[in-house]
Amino acid sequence: METQTIVDKDITAKVTERISGSEAIVRCLIAEDVKIIYGYPGGAIMPVYDELYKYQDKIHHVLARHEQGAAHAAQGFARISGQVGVAIATSGPGATNLVTGIADAQIDSTPMVCITGQVPSHLLGSDAFQETDIVGISTPVTKWNCQVTRAADIPIALAKAFYIARSGRPGPVLVDITKDAQFEEFDFSYEKCTKIRSYVPIPKTVAGTLEAAAKLINAAKKPLIIWGQGVVLSVAEAQFKAFVEKAGIPAAWTILGASALPTSHPLNVGMLGMHGNYAPNKLTNECDLLIAIGMRFDDRVTGKLDEYATQAKVIHFEIDPAEVDKNIKTDVAVLGDAKATLEAILPLINENTHEAWHQQFKDLYEIEYEKVIKGDIHPTKEGLTMGEVIKEINIQSKGEAAIVTDVGQHQMIACRYAEFNQTKSNITSGGLGTMGFGLPAAIGAKMAAPEREVVSISGDGGFQMTIQELGTIFQQKVALKMVVLNNEFLGMVRQWQQLFFEKRYASTEMVNPNFVAIVEGYYIKARKVVKREDLKEAVAEMMASKDAYFLEVLVEKEGNVFPMVPTGASVSQIRLE
Amino acid sequence: MSTEKQLFTISVYTENNIGLLNRISAIFQRRHINIESLNISPSEIEGIAKFTIVVNMTVENVKKIIGQIEKQVEVIKAYYHNDDETIYQISGLFKIKSELLFEEPQIQNIIKESNARIVTVNKEFFVLEKSGKKEEVVALYDQLSVFGIMQYTRSGRVAITKEEMKISALLETYNNN
Repeated sequence: METQTIVDKDITAKVTERISGSEAIVRCLIAEDVKIIYGYPGGAIMPVYDELYKYQDKIHHVLARHEQGAAHAAQGFARISGQVGVAIATSGPGATNLVTGIADAQIDSTPMVCITGQVPSHLLGSDAFQETDIVGISTPVTKWNCQVTRAADIPIALAKAFYIARSGRPGPVLVDITKDAQFEEFDFSYEKCTKIRSYVPIPKTVAGTLEAAAKLINAAKKPLIIWGQGVVLSVAEAQFKAFVEKAGIPAAWTILGASALPTSHPLNVGMLGMHGNYAPNKLTNECDLLIAIGMRFDDRVTGKLDEYATQAKVIHFEIDPAEVDKNIKTDVAVLGDAKATLEAILPLINENTHEAWHQQFKDLYEIEYEKVIKGDIHPTKEGLTMGEVIKEINIQSKGEAAIVTDVGQHQMIACRYAEFNQTKSNITSGGLGTMGFGLPAAIGAKMAAPEREVVSISGDGGFQMTIQELGTIFQQKVALKMVVLNNEFLGMVRQWQQLFFEKRYASTEMVNPNFVAIVEGYYIKARKVVKREDLKEAVAEMMASKDAYFLEVLVEKEGNVFPMVPTGASVSQIRLE
Repeated sequence: MSTEKQLFTISVYTENNIGLLNRISAIFQRRHINIESLNISPSEIEGIAKFTIVVNMTVENVKKIIGQIEKQVEVIKAYYHNDDETIYQISGLFKIKSELLFEEPQIQNIIKESNARIVTVNKEFFVLEKSGKKEEVVALYDQLSVFGIMQYTRSGRVAITKEEMKISALLETYNNN
């Protein structure tokens, strides 16, 4: 069984041209309107690089410093633009190095197409040099993948790849192409894929579910909206805002949903989950109706499942039927694309304000402000806090920056305190929690949206996981702002060691290099701040820079992120200290 | 009741593509679900393959598994049924020394009573084939093992549902969408 299903189309009717498989790959990318790709060359992908050389005026190939960096850059590109990100690598280690990025894109529903070279087909299965079964390896972490061994199959495989990656619930796709297929000549033509018979990207909304949902919404006394990235992926921000405002319902977000509704919106009651805000976590267990929109009830959001919103009815707006009832039993599932379903439900819901209920959120916010937020963003004690750095960036970027974070304490602090005025502004590794994501993802984001201010925020640990991508920033002249919040610890693990392992700081203390010197080694402007009085001016200098700029801020060593829902606890057992 | 495990036959209609077996089996492996039996064959529709998977799990979990299976791009539809809702068979093959046919005359009665079929006979051995429910094949094994069995193997379950599976109609709607 070869990849026979992809040669069933009649291509003879169209104008064809005799070209090589490798040229076809590049021509397919051009046909899919791809302008930038991220990758790293190597033996089995060299024919494609040769064609990329010829087509360099059409496609800009960005040489990463490691294939993982290429994958994350493609993700960052996709997340800020809504377009499919493309990464390319050679066989064997090139392909396996992509896997972390692919797994990250899978769990965070990021549209990405990865193209890997493969050893010639006659060597498949022979343990040839740089041979690895990347299709087998990537199967559980891709939305779809395939191996192509004949040039004639390339256009249809790539057309399917782009269609699958971007449609429905997006995800990563991998196409592995043997070197002989790259060399082989064939009659090329390209037709975009718009349909696959076994694949239903957007399920039909079941009749009556919109009405049933509207009935619950109109009857609810204490409804709570919890939204996720589905709102962003469906480009449903306007419909979502209209829905929230008409229904007058407090709305809280998962970290991937952040920025779909401006932070300053009066009905935005903050972040859900383990390090989210006090009010939405507490009141999840008090609401009478939970309206989940484009989110998947991740365990970091729900805490202990059997004590999660048991008192509430649940409505789930969802594009992926497999998510319905997966973690939380729903009363009404509204299947479909959020943009369409939110638009359709709007006329069915009554205007409301839920003032008394909303007041409960405000009251709990005041408690959180006094106990946590004030100390985080207006500290008076010695030692800079991560929160005050984020606050300064908010002020100086006027909330217009796209914030790209890595994983750990700085990520939670950034998500909690960053102000977002526009959508697609919070780019982070949510589901997989991939340290090392931030820097390369920020490269992709800045290149996809050069007009936007892109600020990457990392910890000292994660920054060093993909620090080599400074080379990419330098070579490509990416005008990216980089902030490292350095607490000389793997802070989040250290916090857990402090709280749950009696302060046994096993392998979390970092003896760090001179970051400024390293960054300057790449000819990038760099500065280090250790005192509060220098912060404002340093952030101003960073923001004013036309070129890439690196700012290291030495923050307190043992700062903790609160509130916190400890693992295994219910969301209403959220701790403020 | 729903927390009780029971046998389910999962029927999956798919495109006949390389790699799909890996993709589907990974769904079970990741969740530590042991596959009791697996059979892949052509289905009633040309070009469409049918996986017949037998698992022992709760209704709640089998529903989730169906969701995960149907989520795969090349899966057309997946169903689950309990044993009352399906007509199912397995097949067992037994290789036995030919001399036993004469030395142990009860064997001939066992063959007759069990409705087993002799597939081949030669001087050294004969091969018995028994189709039926797993219990029937196992019962025959138990009876014959007393005399010594040279080789024994059992197939995966094949099943037909009492309910109609409208795959052709489904494909039609997909094609027209």
